[in-house]
Amino acid sequence: MATDYIVGIDLGTTNSLVAYMQGDSPVVIPGEDGLSLVPSVVALDEKNQIIVGNAARKYLIETPERAVYSVKRLMGRGVEDIQQELKFFPFRLADDMQAGEVLRIKVGDRTYTPPEISAHILRQLKRNAERFFGGPVTRAVVTVPAYFNDAQRQATKDAGRIAGLDVLRLVNEPTAASLAYGLDKKKNGIIAVYDLGGGTFDISILKLHDGIFEVIATNGDTHLGGDDIDNLLIMIALDDIQGDLKLDVRRNGEAVARIRKAVIEAKIALSSQPFTKLDVELPGGQRYQREITREAFEELIAPVIQRTVAPSTQALKDSGLKPEQIDEVVLVGGSTRIPKVRQLVEKLFGRTPHIDLNPDEVVALGAAVQAHILGGGSDITKEMLLLDVTPLSLGIEVAGGVTDKIILRNSTVPASATQHYTTQVDGQTNVAIHVLQGERELARDCRSLARFDLKGIPPMVAGIPRIEVKFLIDANGILQVSAREQRSGQEAQIEVQPSYGLTDEQVESMLLESYDYAEEDFRQRQVIEARHEAETILGALAKGKKNQAWRNLSSDERRHIETLERALVTVKEGGDYHAIRKGIDVLNEATTHLAEMMMDTAVSTALKGKTMDESDLGEGPQTGHPVGKAEFE
Amino acid sequence: MASTESKSSLIMPGEETSTCWSCGTMRAVHFCSACGKVQPPVPVDYFAFFGFPKKLNLDTAALQKEFYALSRRLHPDMSAQADGQEREWSLEQSSLLNDAYRTLKDPIKRTQYLLRLEGVELEEQSKQATDKARASGELKKQVVPPDLLEEMFELNIQLEELRAQKNLGEDDPALLEEIGKAKLSLEQNHDALLAELKSDWSRWDKAIDKVDDQERLKIRDHMVDVLNRRNYVRNLVRDVNEAMESRP
Repeated sequence: MATDYIVGIDLGTTNSLVAYMQGDSPVVIPGEDGLSLVPSVVALDEKNQIIVGNAARKYLIETPERAVYSVKRLMGRGVEDIQQELKFFPFRLADDMQAGEVLRIKVGDRTYTPPEISAHILRQLKRNAERFFGGPVTRAVVTVPAYFNDAQRQATKDAGRIAGLDVLRLVNEPTAASLAYGLDKKKNGIIAVYDLGGGTFDISILKLHDGIFEVIATNGDTHLGGDDIDNLLIMIALDDIQGDLKLDVRRNGEAVARIRKAVIEAKIALSSQPFTKLDVELPGGQRYQREITREAFEELIAPVIQRTVAPSTQALKDSGLKPEQIDEVVLVGGSTRIPKVRQLVEKLFGRTPHIDLNPDEVVALGAAVQAHILGGGSDITKEMLLLDVTPLSLGIEVAGGVTDKIILRNSTVPASATQHYTTQVDGQTNVAIHVLQGERELARDCRSLARFDLKGIPPMVAGIPRIEVKFLIDANGILQVSAREQRSGQEAQIEVQPSYGLTDEQVESMLLESYDYAEEDFRQRQVIEARHEAETILGALAKGKKNQAWRNLSSDERRHIETLERALVTVKEGGDYHAIRKGIDVLNEATTHLAEMMMDTAVSTALKGKTMDESDLGEGPQTGHPVGKAEFE
Repeated sequence: MASTESKSSLIMPGEETSTCWSCGTMRAVHFCSACGKVQPPVPVDYFAFFGFPKKLNLDTAALQKEFYALSRRLHPDMSAQADGQEREWSLEQSSLLNDAYRTLKDPIKRTQYLLRLEGVELEEQSKQATDKARASGELKKQVVPPDLLEEMFELNIQLEELRAQKNLGEDDPALLEEIGKAKLSLEQNHDALLAELKSDWSRWDKAIDKVDDQERLKIRDHMVDVLNRRNYVRNLVRDVNEAMESRP
């Protein structure tokens, strides 16, 4: 049944995709517009309806204050860590934002948290998949940058929940890519995945061994990607416009949006051409034009792409491998189309990278493979298992504001560590624990994940209680904490204050109403789908009847088929999709023989050297593809 | 450092007598050999988790093979469709498996872990511990091996000099050569300690086979000494590398 599908979702900075496992290979599910990439753009239209994807892009230019892009950059972050982003991105924070609070972004006159905006993108993908399958989709595997910290992962999971998706697993993007790569290669060896996307960079080194994909080391930068290249080009254009045209359009959202669109086109053109022209019509009628050579472009972006070197070198060092021990380098992410990036990778690893995979799709395809594995798998995936690592060390704050690392980076997850705590004062019943993530020695330089309060410790003399706290990083890279007072055997209560996240109650209150897939609506879709399929098979039969093979059937057989044909024509007009499907199935069954004979006829015709009649070969009775070409809507 | 597991109630795989919660047949330790269901974790040390004796020479290829085989049974991906309780056990078992593999595959970590099981608290001489002590302004107690004292004293002066020069942008080839020589000697020292440790492993394993407790304790204390010296020397080499690398 279609309802059993678990989809794989690549929730990207620039584009998002949804894919599933069709038989033995993962395929991307197209949207209503037939395109597989859904731009990660969310806008509010004039009637305050949410618009997502390609349709939302025009709002970026026409009403930039009503549209948001690259929201992934804000996931799981606080107002104090996005000051840099605010300089380069037209994010508008809610006027009453407080430090320490979850970000709220203004879109038109409404405000949304980053997980809510991401949820709208996820819901669009969910809808696309539901349209494709003709059934509800409730479970998904969602990818995240490998270098995402706990808060960023939690925010992504929250987005899934808000969108009405049960996120079975968060998978690291480069790891997902390796799954798609390894599926058809079935090779053993060491691979490096260099993933430079719209807003994030990851490098992962994996060992492939008889279907086990073991990540050895990972590193990255969750704020480095094509966006940064765009911003450099935008800065130059803004300077030019100020200098040459004596116009300051920095605060003009529409002008900046137009420039942004033009520089992205220029950037893409420069991957295949030696030079290109920037040509922007500014609001007010003036034109900004400029020629950019690839050479100048490469010089400009050198500092940006150079920032991928240190994480790559660190990952190699952590893996304990030398570049020559890497068997294959796989490129992922749209920014790896830039020739200069490929050159850099070639220099880093001393080999030509593997570029057979579509860098935009490979992560979603890998997510679909992982979804399939979690769903129980099949022959092609049954030997496959992903062993991923935590990208950042987990620590707790100890005396003097120092981080005590308890789970080191690149530890295979799930991973755990147990710590013992006691009290400082007689009768103390609470102990506070501050959990951190990062590599630095001082707590203030690490990422604060959460503060835990152990409560309900039985009152005892100071130093007597022995509280065992277990920190566990699950397969999603998300921390779980449990505690027990060992002398009394009591489970200590833990109160979590996520440093940058939403509470469960907040997430609950945000759940998007799923009115658009109510029962009745869904039944209608099923009927439309089934009708469409019925028409396909009836049409094919009508053609078959003109074929020589029809006349070769016994009269009983012909009569039987025609009875079923009439039955299907009748039932097709009714509203019972079960009955229509049943009618299709029996007719399909009854015409198998006819189809075989038609095939034989076609083949023998070909053997006789005659020209093959296309309609003879291609139109045997068949069940329609589940995608009814978006006929409903 | 994560605390070690409880030292009591060690159960070796194969000695387990309980039955599978799901199908009721006798089970293997971590999963049921009949129905494959993941079982609730039993508190065992890392060696016992893999069914290995507490010996220090370990066939890492066999360990990896066992790790992969157990991963295929215990990883949460394998029980994604199971009920909540089994998924919980799978998460615990799989984290235990990963923690155990990470510790045992590295011979030094393996030795440190075994010594902790033997009740020895090793000195924290990692870079982290040093930096931590520095940052919090505590004096870290660090026992300098007496025979290294003089060499170390000299080296520290030279490193100070090197850092001072670096700040001034100067370069003294003679000093660099001196430090290079000292580093070489440290590295040789380090290699020798490692060789000593390796022979301890074999002696330890023999003592285990012969159930010779007196010999075992003797080797245990020797290993503690060698490990502390090794850490000390390694930290010095690291300091030298850092001072040399950060030169302009």
